[in-house]
Amino acid sequence: MIKKNVICSFCGCLCDDLSITIEDGKITGVDNGCALANAKFLGKERLLKPVIREGDSIKETEYNTAIEKAADILKDAERPLFFGWSGTQGEAQAKGVHLCMLLGGVIDNTSSLCHGPSILAIQEVGHPGCTLGQVKNRADLIIYWGCNPLEGHPRHMSRYTTYADGFFLKNAFRERKLIVVDVRKTMSSDVADEFIQIEPGGDYAVLSALRAIVRGEEKIIPESVSGVSKSQLKRVADMCKEARFGALFFGLGLTMSKNKYKNIRNAVELTDELSRHTKFTISAMRGHWNVYGANEVFTWMTGYPYAIDFARGIPFYNPGETTAAEILYRKECDALMVVSSDPAAHMPKKCVEHMADIPVIQIDPHKNCTSFFTDVQIPVAITGIEASGTAYRMDGVPLRTKKIIDADFLTDTEVISRIYERILEAKADV
Amino acid sequence: MSELLIKNAYVIDPINDIKGEIMDIAIKDRMIADSVSDSAEVIDAKGCLTLPGGVDSHTHICGTKVNFGRYMSPEDMRAGRGRAQPHMYPVSGYSVPTVYANTYRYSALGYTTVLEGAMAPLEARHTHEEFFCTSLQDTMANTLFDGNWSVMEAVSDKDLKRVAAVVGWTLAAVKGFAVKVTNPGGTEMWGWGKDVGCIHQKIDHFGITPAEIIEYLIRANELLNLPHSVHLHCNNLGKPGNYKCTLETMQRTPNLNDKRQTLYMTHVQFHSYGGTKWGDFCSKADDIAWMLNRKPQIAIDMGQVMFGKTTTMTADGPMEFNLYRLYNNKWSNHDVELETGSGIIPVFYSRKNLVNSVMWSIGLELALMTKNPWQCMLATDNPNGAPFVKYPEIIALLMSSRYRDEEFAKIHPDTGKRVHLPSLDREMDFYEIAVMTRAAQAKALGITDIGKGHLGEGAYGDVAIYPIKNNDIDPSRDYSKIIEGFSLTDYTIKSGRVISRHGNCLLNGNNRTIWVKPKISEEYNMSNDPEFVKKFERYYSVSMENYPVEEEYMNKRNICIETETGL
Ligand code: SF4
Ligand SMILES: [Zn+2]
Repeated sequence: MIKKNVICSFCGCLCDDLSITIEDGKITGVDNGCALANAKFLGKERLLKPVIREGDSIKETEYNTAIEKAADILKDAERPLFFGWSGTQGEAQAKGVHLCMLLGGVIDNTSSLCHGPSILAIQEVGHPGCTLGQVKNRADLIIYWGCNPLEGHPRHMSRYTTYADGFFLKNAFRERKLIVVDVRKTMSSDVADEFIQIEPGGDYAVLSALRAIVRGEEKIIPESVSGVSKSQLKRVADMCKEARFGALFFGLGLTMSKNKYKNIRNAVELTDELSRHTKFTISAMRGHWNVYGANEVFTWMTGYPYAIDFARGIPFYNPGETTAAEILYRKECDALMVVSSDPAAHMPKKCVEHMADIPVIQIDPHKNCTSFFTDVQIPVAITGIEASGTAYRMDGVPLRTKKIIDADFLTDTEVISRIYERILEAKADV
Repeated sequence: MSELLIKNAYVIDPINDIKGEIMDIAIKDRMIADSVSDSAEVIDAKGCLTLPGGVDSHTHICGTKVNFGRYMSPEDMRAGRGRAQPHMYPVSGYSVPTVYANTYRYSALGYTTVLEGAMAPLEARHTHEEFFCTSLQDTMANTLFDGNWSVMEAVSDKDLKRVAAVVGWTLAAVKGFAVKVTNPGGTEMWGWGKDVGCIHQKIDHFGITPAEIIEYLIRANELLNLPHSVHLHCNNLGKPGNYKCTLETMQRTPNLNDKRQTLYMTHVQFHSYGGTKWGDFCSKADDIAWMLNRKPQIAIDMGQVMFGKTTTMTADGPMEFNLYRLYNNKWSNHDVELETGSGIIPVFYSRKNLVNSVMWSIGLELALMTKNPWQCMLATDNPNGAPFVKYPEIIALLMSSRYRDEEFAKIHPDTGKRVHLPSLDREMDFYEIAVMTRAAQAKALGITDIGKGHLGEGAYGDVAIYPIKNNDIDPSRDYSKIIEGFSLTDYTIKSGRVISRHGNCLLNGNNRTIWVKPKISEEYNMSNDPEFVKKFERYYSVSMENYPVEEEYMNKRNICIETETGL
C-alpha cells in the first residue's frame, strides 16, 4: 500500500507530499523525502517498553507503573521544570501547559536553545513575513543568511524557493537570484549567484552597512566591512532594491553568533527599510518540525512563546532567568520532565550535572543522551507515523500530521493526560 | 435533564418584541422552554436587567494574527495578568489577551456568542484550535476571500456560479461561517508592496476591480443562501477622504435579501473620514449615516475608538504598513499565499491628539445618527479601536449626552470644528442598547433561526443578568453606574448553565463552533475541477488533501448549517 501526501515530521519545512510504501504494517519505502526524512520514516531503533531506574539498574515496566511513578515525582516536586516540546504534537504541548499550570512549575521549549534570541528581536521590532507559498509564487530574490538549507532543511530550496515553480515567474530557476551570506563556504553557497563571506561576528556590521546604503548613506561606508567589500555591499543593496519581491531567510548562524538578538533586530529593520522600496519579507528557518507549534500553543495559552514560570500563580516570562538552561544551571528545579528532546546533548555541563542530581522523567520514543539521567522513560507513538497530531510549519501554517501505521504505543497527549489525571486525583485526596 | 428558572427578571428581548417586562424565564435541557418543573434550580433576578446573551459580530480573538499579536507583545501580556481561580486558568494580556482571558472577560460582560472577524482559509486550523479553548462562548469564523486567486479569476471570467462554487467549497473545507472581504484586491496588490486606492482601480495581473469582487461575492453569497451576508472591510481604511469610497460602495449595494442586510460593513468609523490629509482631517459620519438611513440593505458596526493603548491587527496588510510609517513602532506582516494578508502594530490613542479625538467622535456619531439601531452594532473591531472590555463605557456614552459632553471637554480643543458630536443630544435607552449588543448582531449574522440572540421558546438558554434596575437609575446622570453594571453580570448563563457569576467563571466547556456547508451539486464541486486542483498542485505550498480542516478540530456539539444553494 502507498500513502500519498504524507507530512514529514522531521524539520520545520513540514513537506506534505511524501509517498510512503507500507507492507505488512511496516514502512518499506519513502518517496519525495530528503535523506533526513528517509532516516526518520525507515528508522527501526526505538524504546519498546517504559523503563524505570531502580538503584543502578534500569527495568522494563508497564505504562501504568511508569505513569504512576512520573506522577509521584511531579507531585512531590516544589519547582518542576517541563522542557522540550519541539518534537511532539500540539495537543500534547497544550496538555503540558495545563500540567505545568496545575503544579505551578516552569515550562520552556527548545526555542530557548535555538531561535530564542530571534523571538526577543521580534518582540522589539516585529516581524514582516509571509507564508512560504507567497515566496514560491512571487520572489525573484532569495537570501539565506547564516544557514545552509541544503543540509539543514534539504527541501526548502526545491519546494519553496530557488528550484520551486512560481506563478509569477516564467522560468523560476533562471529568473530568481540567490544570495547566500555565511562565514564559510557551504553546499548552499556553492549554488548562489552571490556569496557574501563575512568574518565571524561581523553580521551586525554588514547588516548596518546594507541599511545605510539602502537609505542612501553609502558615503559613510568604509571600503571593507567585516571582510566584505564596499562594492559587493553596493551590488547586493541594488539587487535588493531592484527585486520585485525579496525574501530573506536566516538561521542560527545569525541568531547565535556574536550580538545574537541584535543581529536579528538589525535584519528585521533592514527588511522594514527595503519595504519602503519594494516588497520584502524575512523569516526564521525553524529547525524541529513542531518547534513553531510549541511557540504558538504556549502563546495562546500563557501569552508567551517560551520560558514561562507559574510559581507565583501568574504567567511570568523572563528569558535568561526563566529559561530551562538557566534554571538547571542555578540548580533551582527539583524535578525535570523532558518531552521529545535531548537537553543533555545540548546544554552546558553544569546543567547536565544537575540533571543527574534530580529525578528526570522522559517522554520520548527514542533513547538519547538525556536517557542516561532519566528515572522514568515512557516511549510514545511517533507523531506523523504512528499517531496524528497538529504541527505548525516554520511560517505558521498549521497542518495535521497523519497516522500511517498502527502501533501499540500511547501518544504523548495520552501519557501526559494520564499523568495529569493522577495528580489531580492525588490532590483531591488530600 | 437540567432545569433552570430565572424569576423576577426585567426582560428586554428585542427579537421577540419584549421591551422591558418583569417575567420568568424557564430553561429546560439547554433551551428556553414554556415552563419547568418544581424541582428546577431557581435564580432570583430581583428585577434586574435581563437580556439574551451578548453577541459580538466582529472581534479578533483567535487565530494566526491574533496569536502573533500576543507573541510579539510581552508588554501587553504583563498588562493583564491574573491568577488561577478554582475553575479558571491563569491569564495574561490586555489588548490581545490569552484565549482564557478572552473567554472569561467576555463572559463577565454577558457575551455568549462571538464571531472571529478574519480567518485565512490556509490557516483555519489555528483559529479552530483556539476556538476549542474559548470555552465559554460559541464561535464562528469570518473566512477571508479578498485576494483569493480562484475567486478573482472567476470574477474576471464573469462566472458568478464559479465564484459561488469556490466560496462554497472553501467555507465547507475550512469550517468557516461567513464571507469576509478585507480591502478587496488590496491584499493581493500588497503581495507586490502596493495597494488599491479606489474601488475602480484594476488589480495587477487579474485585471478586475475591488468593486467587481464585492459585487460578485455579494451575489455568490446569496446564491449559496448563507446565513450571514458578505462582511466587508472597505478599501482605503484609515485614509483621509476615504468616505467617498465608502459611500460609493454603499450606493452600489443591491437589496437581495428580505431577512437580513445584503452587506455588512465593518468598523465603519475607520472609513468615514473627510479631508485630503491629516491636516484637514474631519468627520464625514453625517454623510455615511445619511446613506445608511436610506439603505436598509446595509448594516454596519461602529468600530469605535477609545483612548488608551491597544493593538491593531487586520488582514489589511498595506494599511498596517501605512500605520507603521506613521508611528514607527514595531510592525509585523504576514501575507498568506493565494488568499490574503495581515498586519499588526501596537498603537496608543491619545485624547491630546487631534486625529484620535476626531476618530473617537466619529464612531459615536455613526451610532447616534443611524436612525434604526438594528443597522448599527456596538463594537470596537476588538482590539483595533479598543479592547472589548471598553464596551460598557461605550454603552454609557451612547446613553448619556452629559457623559459625552464631559468627555468632549477633555479631548483635543480643535476637535469641535471637525465633528458633529456636540450637536447630537440623542440618548439611547436600554432597548436600543440591547438591540445594538445582541439582537441586531444575531439578526445580521443570520443565527436567530438556530436560537441565538433571543429568548423565545426553543432558543438556546443564553442569558445575561446585569446588576441594573431600570427604575432606580437615570442613565443620563448615573452613567458611572451604567459602566459598572454592564462591566460585570450577576449571572451569565449559556445553554442553561451558569458560566459566570460576578466574574467568577463557574465551569469549562459547553462551547460550540457554528459553521456552514452549502449543498453543491457534483457539477459545481471544485474538488473535481482541473484548474482548481492545479492551484494546489502547483501554487499552494500545501496539497489539496491536507488543506481541509478535519473533524477532530470541531468540538462535539458543533453546529453545521447546511444551506440549499442554486448550484
Ligand atoms: S526538508 Fe524537512 S520536512 Fe522536508 S522531507 Fe526533508 S526533513 Fe522532511
Ligand atoms: Zn476587524
